[in-house]
Amino acid sequence: MKTYENTGNKDTRSGFGAGLEALGKTNENVVALCADLTGSLKMDAFKANHPERFFQVGIAEANMIGLAAGMTIGGKIPFTGTFANFSTGRVYDQIRQSVAYSGKNVKICASHAGLTLGEDGATHQILEDIGLMKMLPGMTVINTCDYNQTKAATIAIAAHKGPVYLRFGRPKVANFTPENQDFQIGKAVHLQEGNDVTIVATGHLVWEALEAAKTLHAEGISADVINIHTIKPLDEEAIIASVKKTGCIVTAEEHNFLGGLGESVARTLATSHPTPQEFVATQDTFGESGTPAQLMEKYGLNAAAIVKASKKAITRK
Amino acid sequence: MADIQKLEALVTQVRRDILRQVHKVNSGHPGGSLGCAEFFVALFQEIMDRKEGFDMDGLGEDIFFLSNGHISPVFYSVLARSGYFPVEELNTFRLLDSRLQGHPTTHEGLPGVRIASGSLGQGLSVALGAAEAKKLNGCGHKVYSLMGDGELQEGQNWEAIMYAAANHIDNVIATVDLNGQQIDGSTDDVLALGSMRAKFEAFGWIVLDIEKGNDMASVVQGLQEAKNLSGKGKPVCVLMHTIMGNGVDFMMHTHAWHGKAPNDEQLATGLAQNAETLGDY
Repeated sequence: MKTYENTGNKDTRSGFGAGLEALGKTNENVVALCADLTGSLKMDAFKANHPERFFQVGIAEANMIGLAAGMTIGGKIPFTGTFANFSTGRVYDQIRQSVAYSGKNVKICASHAGLTLGEDGATHQILEDIGLMKMLPGMTVINTCDYNQTKAATIAIAAHKGPVYLRFGRPKVANFTPENQDFQIGKAVHLQEGNDVTIVATGHLVWEALEAAKTLHAEGISADVINIHTIKPLDEEAIIASVKKTGCIVTAEEHNFLGGLGESVARTLATSHPTPQEFVATQDTFGESGTPAQLMEKYGLNAAAIVKASKKAITRK
Repeated sequence: MADIQKLEALVTQVRRDILRQVHKVNSGHPGGSLGCAEFFVALFQEIMDRKEGFDMDGLGEDIFFLSNGHISPVFYSVLARSGYFPVEELNTFRLLDSRLQGHPTTHEGLPGVRIASGSLGQGLSVALGAAEAKKLNGCGHKVYSLMGDGELQEGQNWEAIMYAAANHIDNVIATVDLNGQQIDGSTDDVLALGSMRAKFEAFGWIVLDIEKGNDMASVVQGLQEAKNLSGKGKPVCVLMHTIMGNGVDFMMHTHAWHGKAPNDEQLATGLAQNAETLGDY
């Protein structure tokens, strides 16, 4: 099996900041808006280099989304930055009407998604945002897995015409995908070849899926591991091709099992190739305070949980 | 100099268009539409510097955003009568497969519309964003917007009002249709707005009243004054005092026709009070 080297833990939000900084130099139409979380979103470099294209909107997310929609009129490519909770749930109607229905070229960039936000607790740990965003017609939904991929995705979405939700996180996690990779929206990344079970993962769970595959391999189970960085549009072809080979699937995400990647995969398989599926996701619950590792353990979102789900999926073939 | 008589002649035709649109489909919002007929005619025919044709970016011209999208009948009528799309298309208002949706949208590609509106309170933010883009693009033209007074009960407006002053967005002219009515009754009864002038001034805006918002000469003069007040480091707010249902006697001074269409007889009465000046569609 392939080995992946962690080149050093880094946070995905810093990947966003680096991508935005790079875009600032290459695309003069890129503008950035932030709702009083410049440091948390790692937007400082863009702000310092391009103060005229950086808009501090204060703690006023609804206005931020409207401003961004308006800035597209005149050819700007706005990147909004705040926590995932305030990027989606708080401003759902603004995104729905002024961005999605209006077909505006706004990039909604959301940090601190999911449980790994940690000690701030459930008020800030949104586990519903993928569902909210993927239900909007025309919205592209991306959840990147590491620093390098987040940087590449940030750069790639500027070239995509249409609204995008880009989801990333707070903690430092393994950085293992190639530097300066060619990020293709909607194209799954095949990480491991295997025949016994398919594991599709998104965001922070991708590294956990690779760790799980190692454990399974040691026990004589070969896992086909796919990194689904784009939840919408979903690379259905890659998923169907894999389950035709393995006959069962585990989906893994830092999100509620309602509305997330798992449900998108289930819909695809139900209509094209019915397959036993296990969900590694939160079970319709809010989070709580704790360290990221404690929370991922308690809510069953780590390599051990993926191993367990894989074995269960195999018994259901 | 504005030809006030010519503009007034267009207003009665626009009122006919409004009544006929909502009557045909037995739905829509005539009250606020009628109250803003003078504003729309003045804006599109006299005040805004507009290019021929329509492109979404609107560079090199003044642009307009309607926040209270439910008054789409007046918006559609004036857009059509200003050459954005065929006047006959008003026949398709609120019908299946129409570009003239119940509330305005960009989704069906109707020329003249740059943002969807209907869910209230969002238009001013969008207008401010477009105004920021104009500044970045070095475009010296202005951004106009209209919102209802009841709509100011939505909190997002106050985020936008604060932002505009703090960031010296002086190329936007935001008009409030002060008709004092909303669906459930008068704004005083539903959720009293207090002094709009005091509120906008406290937020750092230049405020201008158009006391006679249904008098064409006053509207043209007021909007020209607003234009002259722009570009001075502060956003400009026009408080336009109008009568909901203006121009159709039984619809005036009440919220009853906010979202209700006239029947055949009522339509005939309303049309008889408004001269057909440019030809019905």
